[in-house]
Amino acid sequence: MSERFTDVESVRDGLKNVDYLADDGLASVVYLADRLDKPILVEGPAGTGKTQLAKSVAEMIGARLIRLQCYEGLDESKALYEWNYKKQLLSIQSKQQSDWESIEEDIFSDEFLLTRPLLEAITADDPVVLLIDEVDRVEVETEALLLEILSDYQVSIPELGTIVAKQIPLVFLTSNNTRELSEALKRRALYMYLDYPELEREREIVLTKVPDISQNLADQVARIVRSVRQLDLRKAPSVSETLDWARTLVLLGVEHVDAETATDTANILLKYRSDIEKATKEFASSEDTFDA
Amino acid sequence: MTTELFAAEVMADPLLDLMGGFIQQLRDAGLPVSLTENLDAMEAVQAIPIEDRLTFKYALGATLVKNHQHWPAFETVFDVYFSLRGPEYSLSNDDDDASGEGEGDDGQENDQAEGSGSEAGGGGGDAMSNEDLAEMLYQALMREDQNLQRAVARTSVQRFAGMEPGRPVGGTYYLYRTLRNLDLDGVLERMLEQDRANNEGRSGLDDRLAKDEYESRIEKLKTEIEAEIRRRLVADRGVEAMAKTLRKPLPEDLDFMHATRDEMETLRKAIAPLTRKLAIRLARKRRHRNKGGLDFRTTIRKSLSYGGVPAEPRFKHPRPSKPEIVILADISGSVAAFARFTLHLVYAMSGQFSKVRAFVFIDGLDEVTRFFDGHDDITASVHRVNTEADVVWVDGHSDYGHAFEVFEKQYMNAITPKTTVMILGDARNNYHAAQAWIIQEMKRNAKQVFWLNPEPGSYWDTGDSIVSEYAQYCDGLFEVRNLRQLETFIEAVL
Repeated sequence: MSERFTDVESVRDGLKNVDYLADDGLASVVYLADRLDKPILVEGPAGTGKTQLAKSVAEMIGARLIRLQCYEGLDESKALYEWNYKKQLLSIQSKQQSDWESIEEDIFSDEFLLTRPLLEAITADDPVVLLIDEVDRVEVETEALLLEILSDYQVSIPELGTIVAKQIPLVFLTSNNTRELSEALKRRALYMYLDYPELEREREIVLTKVPDISQNLADQVARIVRSVRQLDLRKAPSVSETLDWARTLVLLGVEHVDAETATDTANILLKYRSDIEKATKEFASSEDTFDA
Repeated sequence: MTTELFAAEVMADPLLDLMGGFIQQLRDAGLPVSLTENLDAMEAVQAIPIEDRLTFKYALGATLVKNHQHWPAFETVFDVYFSLRGPEYSLSNDDDDASGEGEGDDGQENDQAEGSGSEAGGGGGDAMSNEDLAEMLYQALMREDQNLQRAVARTSVQRFAGMEPGRPVGGTYYLYRTLRNLDLDGVLERMLEQDRANNEGRSGLDDRLAKDEYESRIEKLKTEIEAEIRRRLVADRGVEAMAKTLRKPLPEDLDFMHATRDEMETLRKAIAPLTRKLAIRLARKRRHRNKGGLDFRTTIRKSLSYGGVPAEPRFKHPRPSKPEIVILADISGSVAAFARFTLHLVYAMSGQFSKVRAFVFIDGLDEVTRFFDGHDDITASVHRVNTEADVVWVDGHSDYGHAFEVFEKQYMNAITPKTTVMILGDARNNYHAAQAWIIQEMKRNAKQVFWLNPEPGSYWDTGDSIVSEYAQYCDGLFEVRNLRQLETFIEAVL
């Protein structure tokens, strides 16, 4: 298997070219995943760019992104493969003369197999990136479905035999950490925690993602968001909310955020009433201390 | 061929030993590292340029640490273990510093190493007075000069910490001594004033942001100082000994009763994700719990269409029961922290219960449900409980007996056959009357009664603890000293 990246540096630069600002840890882990042929498990609060990471990596290496969105009740037929029963029935009807042996051989063949994302990812001829999104949503038992493909990059179909990957895709699993994933799954993957970015990185992200924003405003946005995150909130603002907020400010033609603007637009940054109240109070009280 | 093999073995050996030792240290620190993960880490370090310390660290982290809460523990072990040895030790100007230290902590020699190491940062020489140092600190923070900050951290540790070789004192002691001399609050004040003077007439919000910025810089300096102390301690005592003293319990293993303020903060942060996880798990459990029992009547009725053969069994509709909860929490002294966490947890999950009523007591008892109702902000509620609840009857020393009496007189009707009662406390009754019959009475009315004790099991029934006297009437007595145990309890019984 040829390597996709030459070194950690090239991963970081490559991601930067597709407007994804990775820190050192992230670039190292992506690089390692390629070298060790291991999936990456990305955990972290919502809206820190976990899914975007997979998309950006796909864009960077010019691969097709195959996405499996997990949900409660996901099963084999949705994740791996399914036999096309209707077509099988039609086929049996149309060949009534032939004997059972040949029919059986016929109907359990590639032609009647519906590939689902996981199988599609390993049978693809072109380069692919497989994204298994929000894997914490499936039940613990369903996780087991993923194990074979994650460790050996193969799928066993009883009627057909084992299908081995033509090429090893880069695999990303994301989790919002609503439950502890099973040891078996964690053991097979490289683990990475994607936290809210540092001040400098967030400022860079705002500058890259929001066109027409001034240095000054981006800096202030990043600072305010950092201060807000330090409050004890039900849900701290995510990176995507920061970006939404920055875009709003640009649209409103704000050059410099003051307490009033911040209070007026707080509902974009924060999604709970109690959080908004708390933040508003903070903005206001800082106003008072200055007057005093 | 054979020589090649041999060469490879020799090459690999030191790394193997190094990694083996590191993984042992991780395991000693309580991190679960499996054999496969160990092998992955070995493979990973071979795939990356080993002289890149940061990449090396993340490579190990990604393969060995599979839980974010374990990351701080990993970082500490990593910093200690790889602080001195191996080619991956790349902080070159610390190198001579550390070697100077290793040779016996001779002050003179240290200063020399200091001077040569930090020239870039403006010199940390010994001729400098304390005032100069303070000025340098201020400048370093004001200009956000990393090199200067590092130099200041090093000089101040050397000057104020008063570290002596072989002295069996923990790092926190040295940290305290250093910080006391630096007067960081004063520095913050000064920076803010300077900043305000520079930016006349700006809004309060900007002022606030500036303050946050300076505070974060000071935090960074503190970490720098801490790291410096650690480095010196490692040089003095060796890696293995240090790793042992620096080992901190993982958040879920922190003892409620003996947590420091910082650890309390860690605990408080850990509780939010924990509640979310527990709530989801409880909801899932209820949803998936087997369907209702066999509905005999409907099954027979259905069987008529099959000539009396019960071919299609019918089941009752499942009725997921949401328990009603009554909590009685001792909030005296050291037990308070534990009670606070439990209240926190239960209230954060109140969506999972059909009704929650909370009472707190010391020697009197008061209902505090009203502080929680309709508030999203649990921290504020808990604060109100601590300040407003009327729980002192005579002298503010625990008197379980009297507190239970008050409950029996005023609130006994809170307990219905659907209620789960949770009593939180160490049952240290100061030799007052136990009044255990009230627990018996509760048990008679309630669905179940649990006693959660934050003391280790071996302390029970020693001194004035009379927990068994109460527990004989409870459905269960649980030792709950940390988040892990609390989690297990809630999931198991609710």
